Amino acid sequence: MSKNVLAAAAVFVLLGAAAYASFFIAPTDAKQGLIYRILFLHVASAWTGLTAFFICFIANLLYVWRRQPRWDWLGVSAAEVGLAFTAVVLVTGPIWAHPVWGIWWTWSPRLTSTFVLWLLYVVYLVLRTLVEEPDRRALLSALFGIFAFIDVPLVFGSIRWWRDQHPQPVVMGESGSGLDPIMYRVLFFSWFAMLALMTLLLRQRYKLEAMRSELDTVQRELEAA
Amino acid sequence: MSLVSNTGALLGKELRTEFRSRELLTTTVVFILIVIVLFSFTFDPTSDESRRFAPGLLWLAFLFAASLMLQPCFLREQQNDTLSALRLSVRDPFAIFLAKLTANTLFLLLTELFLLPFFSIMYNLPVVRVLHWLVLVFFLASLGISIAGTALSAISAQARMRELLLPLLMLPLLTPILVASTEVTKSLFDRSPYVQWKGIGFLAVFDLVFLTALWLFGEYLLEE
Repeated sequence: MSKNVLAAAAVFVLLGAAAYASFFIAPTDAKQGLIYRILFLHVASAWTGLTAFFICFIANLLYVWRRQPRWDWLGVSAAEVGLAFTAVVLVTGPIWAHPVWGIWWTWSPRLTSTFVLWLLYVVYLVLRTLVEEPDRRALLSALFGIFAFIDVPLVFGSIRWWRDQHPQPVVMGESGSGLDPIMYRVLFFSWFAMLALMTLLLRQRYKLEAMRSELDTVQRELEAA
Repeated sequence: MSLVSNTGALLGKELRTEFRSRELLTTTVVFILIVIVLFSFTFDPTSDESRRFAPGLLWLAFLFAASLMLQPCFLREQQNDTLSALRLSVRDPFAIFLAKLTANTLFLLLTELFLLPFFSIMYNLPVVRVLHWLVLVFFLASLGISIAGTALSAISAQARMRELLLPLLMLPLLTPILVASTEVTKSLFDRSPYVQWKGIGFLAVFDLVFLTALWLFGEYLLEE
């Protein structure tokens, strides 16, 4: 118990430090002014969400291969945590876009593809609610998760090739783009803090799923008896 | 070699089942016709407007129709209790998928080609001079829809609320097909038509990626 509290406190301190760095250490953007600072939350959440979905994909593969329930637990936990971070991306995006672009939402490639990504994992969770038997649920959702993750680059590619309004990638983008070095450092620190938060959430959610599964087994045995 | 002969035999079975009743084809054709007519109420289909919107509408209609058409693909086997027999009859379960997805591609393609003249007349679009390119796009997109759709219908057939679940699984996953085929079709309906090789290549890549995924993971979809 105390270990959990300690870990949570550490993550809280990290997040606080990241927030402080985003507001007071990173210099103000020459063109956008203050509002750009939401980037540290927005982009860091996007990367963290993708990391979570990648973990989900690996867990899905391992489940299909090994058939141990723990990979199923990890898969569903990672999908849920990834959805939460992606939801942050989808909310902070419009908050930034409204003052800068003058509109809340536009069907630009990255918005749209992030939204499709979010929907794919919502469907993954919906699918899980519609299959009763635990082993079957684990296998079917793992397979769908694999297909969904394979689809992600295709979704991003297709939408990005054919229309664009989102700011061009500033990190790993074309030459001439890029952030101030201090901004970079703050961004990577924010990402690190977010990853710590993700790990914490993932751990707790995994434990919950393990307990839920145990309870389910006990209930089934009771019903059978 | 057994994969080819097994697939051939199963494909024959799929085609016989369908052409005996033609249920799937007639319902899908009527469904798409209804959608095409209903769409015309939501905007004014003048020639210029049509060039901009029609390709998107066409592909949306095809995609929705496909999500209904692929429904019975595995459901029929399950309801008739023939899935185990099917699995026992082939050495490689990939043959089952290969036969089903070939049949589905064929059904989709037939429906699309049958409806193309209606679409061309109602939305005032010249299709004759770009017909061969349209057939290529229809083929690649239908193949992609069938590959992913056949795999997903094997998933949805094993769940509750399957009729609602399949479109849910299929539509977001097929976004790339919708985007690419709409863009290619749009450039074919342009005042000075041109072929978007980028889009055609993209569709081919999509088909290849999902065919590989199905080949790798297909057998797990049919586990008892």
